[in-house]
Amino acid sequence: MNKMKKNLMTIAMSALISVSAIAQKVVIKGSDTVLPLSQKEAESYMKKNSGTSITVVGGGSGVGIAALLDGTTDIAMSSRSLKMDERMKLQDAGKAFKEVTIARDALAAIVHPSNKVSKLTREQLEGIYTGKIKNWKEVGGDDLQIVVYARETSSGTYEFFKEHVMNRKNYASSVLNMPATGAIIQSVSQTKGAIGYVGLAYVTKDVKDLAVSYDKGKTYATASVENAKNKTYPIVRPLFYFYPTAKEKAVKSFVDFILSAEGQKIVSEVGYITLN
Amino acid sequence: MKPVLKRFIERFVEGLLALSGTVTTLTVLLIIVFLFGEGLSVFNTSPLESHNTLVINSTNPVAQLKPGQLKEVFDGNITNWQTIGGKNDSIILLTINSVSDFLSEEEIGMNFEFLPGKLDSLVSSNSGMLAVFPEKYLVANHQSKIVRVDKNNLPDFLSGKEWFPTAEPAVQLGTLPLIMGTLLVSIFAILFALPIGLATAIYMAEVANPKVRNVMKPVIELLSGIPSVVYGFFGLITIVPLIHDVFNLPVGETALAGSIVLGIMALPTIITVSEDAIRNTPRAMKEASLALGATKWQTISRVVLPYSMSGITAAAILGIGRAIGETMAVLMVTGNAAVMPHSLLQPVRTIPATIAAELGEAPQGGVHYKALFALGCILFIMTMAINIWVQYISNRRKFSK
Repeated sequence: MNKMKKNLMTIAMSALISVSAIAQKVVIKGSDTVLPLSQKEAESYMKKNSGTSITVVGGGSGVGIAALLDGTTDIAMSSRSLKMDERMKLQDAGKAFKEVTIARDALAAIVHPSNKVSKLTREQLEGIYTGKIKNWKEVGGDDLQIVVYARETSSGTYEFFKEHVMNRKNYASSVLNMPATGAIIQSVSQTKGAIGYVGLAYVTKDVKDLAVSYDKGKTYATASVENAKNKTYPIVRPLFYFYPTAKEKAVKSFVDFILSAEGQKIVSEVGYITLN
Repeated sequence: MKPVLKRFIERFVEGLLALSGTVTTLTVLLIIVFLFGEGLSVFNTSPLESHNTLVINSTNPVAQLKPGQLKEVFDGNITNWQTIGGKNDSIILLTINSVSDFLSEEEIGMNFEFLPGKLDSLVSSNSGMLAVFPEKYLVANHQSKIVRVDKNNLPDFLSGKEWFPTAEPAVQLGTLPLIMGTLLVSIFAILFALPIGLATAIYMAEVANPKVRNVMKPVIELLSGIPSVVYGFFGLITIVPLIHDVFNLPVGETALAGSIVLGIMALPTIITVSEDAIRNTPRAMKEASLALGATKWQTISRVVLPYSMSGITAAAILGIGRAIGETMAVLMVTGNAAVMPHSLLQPVRTIPATIAAELGEAPQGGVHYKALFALGCILFIMTMAINIWVQYISNRRKFSK
């Protein structure tokens, strides 16, 4: 049964590939956070180098890394670093790969504009997201129930927040999971007791972003490009490209383009933080 | 010559039709086999991610742990072995991701070659240590003791109340909140949509003049052409804040919002199917009723509606079927918190929304991935039961003629 399934899949796959192989050269798959950046970079790169073709596909960081394992993508884009067991799977499959940081992204904690609270420590954020802190008055605000918004588990943002802000603890089951960053902004802007997190580039005037402290309240920093660059703002994550060493020839010039001054200019245009 | 050619073409077309029928049937069957093959494989697998193993000090009396206990331990809610049946000793956690807190790069080795031995000696020297790491790093003659973890099983899968498919190290696969959420949202969607849909259908079939009907019918059919993500966005922008303000709730993303959006989405199905059923009432019956002196309304309520009852029931059930399987609109307005629903004014999470939202990140072939397919099986069984019910009801109509 399994074999039959596999055979069918191969037939379908090879049909797809043979149709598309004529045009494209590099396939990039993975994180939806990196997607807009990759698309912009690919467009400019293709304009400069006619005859090359880059296809960018989203789906989530995990999708990209799984595709890297199957060999169905040339580059996997990811908004989180590899998990230990993904690293081990790649090692087991005998695939040497390279990791390149192409840009960075700051996560901003946002609340409703009418909220009195304007700063939180990491420990307080952890308490809110694990469900131990339930009311704004516990962190210096009004007597109002906290409504916690998070991204879906398919998002690298969800994992990154869990790892770096929640100290690897699990989200409370009462947390509301939203399918997109836009949906989080929309919900936070119309819900008084709401808190959520979004990439810095997405923060709008309809929501208020919080200053965050990682040293138990000694210093607070607001989310901004400058603060992320001078490392005073703590919730910053690198955005990665992973590619197999065997395919380095095919992808090298594109990766170099992103790391060049021209490519990094696109990074800040898209709203992410440049490497330097 | 010509008749031969004609016959050949006829044969060819017949063959082509037979082939497409067979291919379609086979595809459907293959999809079902694939779904259940992947879904059922979640049972009898360990909830520990990717062949991890759980190891403790050999002096520790604990022999078996439940996934729920493990989650509490790793969330820091249980910190002493006494709580889970051990000695009075605090728990020290070691995972493969926190190995660097205990061992340096040199101690592990470039290709993890020293890792197995180091892990074993670490666990053996700390009486309160609970370590989780891949099975292949367990040395053959280990000093430490392996703890068994309860395997995933069907009763726990259906009755568990905690859905934490990405919890580390052991996932929690309780689907009851998701099943209840799906049923709650769908049933209330029908309760909203059925009265409105039925009224519209009666109006269009019996009351409205042909001109009005010719405008209304295409407009209603247009409703089913609107993409569901548009319904979802509409719900998020208008219905969610409305519910938030009207009921003065802390949060507007609720089961009620989902029900209303789904109700609107189910309307075209309900209206079209029940209107057809009402129109199928034989003219002779209606005229007989009117000839006996019954008014128009008496004819509708005593003759037309009873006659078309089975068609209307089928419409309602088809509407539920549409609601149960709907993904995107619900994903956007119900808030997706996997908690047991106690009222309509609470966030819920449905099965389709869960699958759509989580499949992107689930590592292929892992426990989470299989669990999502098992959820798909539950959904499949639900909708199939509904379809069988519809067929039963429409068959009954044939017999009663």
